[in-house]
Amino acid sequence: MAWVNAIIQGVLIGGLYALFACGLSLMFGVMKVVNLAHGDLAVLAGYFAIGIIAVTHVPVLWSFVIVVPLMAVLGYVMQRTILQGALDRSVLTTLMVTFGLSVVIENGLLQFETANTRGIGVGLPLLTESFSVGSIQIAYLLVVIFATAVIVLLGLQYFLSRSKYGRLIRAVADDKEAAQLAGADYRHVFGIAAAIAFGTVALGGIAYGMYSQLSPTTGTDTILLFAFAAVVIGGLGSLWGTLLGGVVLGVAQQIGAQINLSDEILAGYIVFLAVLVLRPQGLISRGAQS
Amino acid sequence: MTVSADGKRADSGTPLLEVRDLVVHHGQLRAVDAVSLRVLPGEVYAIIGANGAGKSTLMRTIAGLHHPTSGSVLFDGTDVTGLRPERRAARGIVMVPEGRRLFGSLSVEENLKVGATYARQGPWTIEQVYEMFGWMRERRKQLTAQLSGGEQQTVALGRALVANPRVLLLDELSLGLAPVVVQRIYGMLPQILATGLTVLLVEQDVSQALRVASHIQCLLEGKTTLEGRPADVTADQVEAAYFGLAGAAPARPPGEGSEP
Amino acid sequence: MSLATETTARPAEKFRVTRSRRNVAWTGAVALIVVVVLAFFPYIVYSGTTAVLVQAFIVLTLASMWNLLAGYAGLVSVGQQAFVGLGAYFVLILAINGISPFTALPVAVIGSGVAALPLWWLVSRLRSGYFAIATWVLAATVMLIIEKFSSIGGGTGMPLPGFSGMDPTLITAYTYWAGLAVAVLALATIYLLLRGRLGLVLTAVRDDEVAARSSGARVGLARMLVFVVAGAGCGAAGAVLAISQLQVQPSAVFSVQWTAVMAFATIIGGLGTIEGPIVGTVVYMVLQQTLASYNAWYLIILGLVAIFVALFARRGLWGLVDERINVRLFPVGYWLRMGEERPRRLPARPRRG
Repeated sequence: MAWVNAIIQGVLIGGLYALFACGLSLMFGVMKVVNLAHGDLAVLAGYFAIGIIAVTHVPVLWSFVIVVPLMAVLGYVMQRTILQGALDRSVLTTLMVTFGLSVVIENGLLQFETANTRGIGVGLPLLTESFSVGSIQIAYLLVVIFATAVIVLLGLQYFLSRSKYGRLIRAVADDKEAAQLAGADYRHVFGIAAAIAFGTVALGGIAYGMYSQLSPTTGTDTILLFAFAAVVIGGLGSLWGTLLGGVVLGVAQQIGAQINLSDEILAGYIVFLAVLVLRPQGLISRGAQS
Repeated sequence: MTVSADGKRADSGTPLLEVRDLVVHHGQLRAVDAVSLRVLPGEVYAIIGANGAGKSTLMRTIAGLHHPTSGSVLFDGTDVTGLRPERRAARGIVMVPEGRRLFGSLSVEENLKVGATYARQGPWTIEQVYEMFGWMRERRKQLTAQLSGGEQQTVALGRALVANPRVLLLDELSLGLAPVVVQRIYGMLPQILATGLTVLLVEQDVSQALRVASHIQCLLEGKTTLEGRPADVTADQVEAAYFGLAGAAPARPPGEGSEP
Repeated sequence: MSLATETTARPAEKFRVTRSRRNVAWTGAVALIVVVVLAFFPYIVYSGTTAVLVQAFIVLTLASMWNLLAGYAGLVSVGQQAFVGLGAYFVLILAINGISPFTALPVAVIGSGVAALPLWWLVSRLRSGYFAIATWVLAATVMLIIEKFSSIGGGTGMPLPGFSGMDPTLITAYTYWAGLAVAVLALATIYLLLRGRLGLVLTAVRDDEVAARSSGARVGLARMLVFVVAGAGCGAAGAVLAISQLQVQPSAVFSVQWTAVMAFATIIGGLGTIEGPIVGTVVYMVLQQTLASYNAWYLIILGLVAIFVALFARRGLWGLVDERINVRLFPVGYWLRMGEERPRRLPARPRRG
């Protein structure tokens, strides 16, 4: 029974991982940017939320409404300025610049906060409780997060396949020169993709702060590698692949925890490395190999 | 048309598209070496030349994808040399790039929709394109990667047309296509011109170019070796200009280029 | 006139292609003097100074290795801390079994280099973004695995044995010399490697990989060699780190901050030149010493400066100097001398970003 519990918990947490992963996948798929600061942005959003709640005492859900759009705007601005500049130079430069951003954000948070972990109070009493299915306890919060992730992915899917900008994003991802010839400024389209990426990862970061604890290094210790693992396992270029990847990762971790409590994270890494080595294309599509 | 009877271009009348002494480099190589041309409204202007002669580089520079080292590109009298490609498209310079360059993960209809996103006002709509290319309507939901070469070329053409250009740049339309298909596509040019467009094209297939063009220019190693109306140049002259053979006197307007 | 027409317009015997300018003899002598002077430091300066210098040697070694990886082989690794940690733990394991840490150092270097081989096998086929993240995951994985062994300290670490009975002054001196030796050998190894075939292959790949491969360059082998050398070099730095700290803690030796330090020092100093990391190390140490009491500030500032440099001054501080005065302390390029005119440097690196 403990194994069934592990699987269910793993599946649900996979939704959160998918939220982290879809932005990373989008940025890589469209701009070919590997954003090493991706995880730190989630943590940054979480700390923004904590700060806003502390100062204005608004209900927790309001923090989403304020922080997520704010991060999206930040994403657009960063893409148009720093990231575009790095992209114009070379792939190496984007890696170095995003790595630099990661270090700056983490140490900035360390400086202004502490190294201790912080959590975000959930607000609604219901969400601190769990319900039972047989002998399995499932937290309401986790179900809500999973449902949110699915809704976000559905929304993103719809946006990409039906809307004008969604089409432009896909077109630019296919061939940005041809898109230019058709009148599209790809830098603007990149900016929109970055805004979506930053927005979704912010959503994930605040959710993570509610479900678990945040610390300045959580971005790289945990979130970035999980996001990447989910993308790689699920395969690049597929939104639902990131959900599948998140679920696989989550389940692997929970099973690892069943074997040995301290092996949760290690199990996830090993699955990630195994997939990189054995099937770089991931479980669904497109490649990671040179 | 403002071309006079003896074949000389009328010097009055603003060209729609003009290139002056354009020099474009590929690294250390001079791909385009002081080339000039003037395209008058309503013309079909063809640039011919062997592989590596600089034709595509010239086109891409006119479209804005390359920066020239020196020289200028003028559209309707205005200098557009510094404009990004998307801004040129907004003004009406739209290119069908070499190799089609369709959006592979998008359907036929979506490709056309992208072309129409920043379209100017004009007669061309997606419906019009479906009218012109009968097969497209039924298969508009298909991914372009599944189409044949000729079909892809027409979609690329359609994508450019729905933007309602004033001058249409066609870069190596015939590349990789069977001659029958190429003829059929070029056969649509009159229909396109009838809506008020001007066409500047690059073509490796010389006879095809001579058939459709009202004015041709030949490039060799980045320089102009021949220019004039198809009716006024002989096959020998074209051959000499194309291959750079000594001994044949190329027809060149005064002051254009230097000895090859 | 272009280079091509210039070179073909003159008779052949007017040309000489040489490795270095005349000043190399001078810079070589100066470098030797510097090293000798540095070697005498334990006799003439306080231990506080030698401790700082040991840190500098560690950073210099790490930065040089990161430069070799990213600046010459195009491999952006964000996981070199794996080797720093491995080097430290090699020393620890040997010290626990009775071997002096100083004797253990060379073993740690070799061990780290050997450990690089299976790790290379895991990541070698990956494209740059995936390569970076894979190295990061690898480092995290190595740390987690090592933390499971309580006999070497588990998650909290343990002090480094093997110093009991030694005079503290002597420990300080030996640590210092170990650090100096590692830094000097690291630079020397890199210089000699890049002067030879490897340097040619790497430059060719940097210019045009397809052309390089089709001319027979063994690109994969070259990259593997670079990865192994970098692994060994970072392991050496890690060994010195363990010795200088007198303890080994997994969170300290496997910290990704090491990559931050290496990368920033290299980027700011100048990516793609051997002198760059030297300049970068100086900048890093100055910042770190001045801001030491302000905790994480020096990393924040370094990070911002590195981002700025990567975007706007691609060749770093040394690159700015180099462009003006054309000096190379470690010449690995070629000079074209035409007749008796001033030599013209053949473009060693492509102009594109």
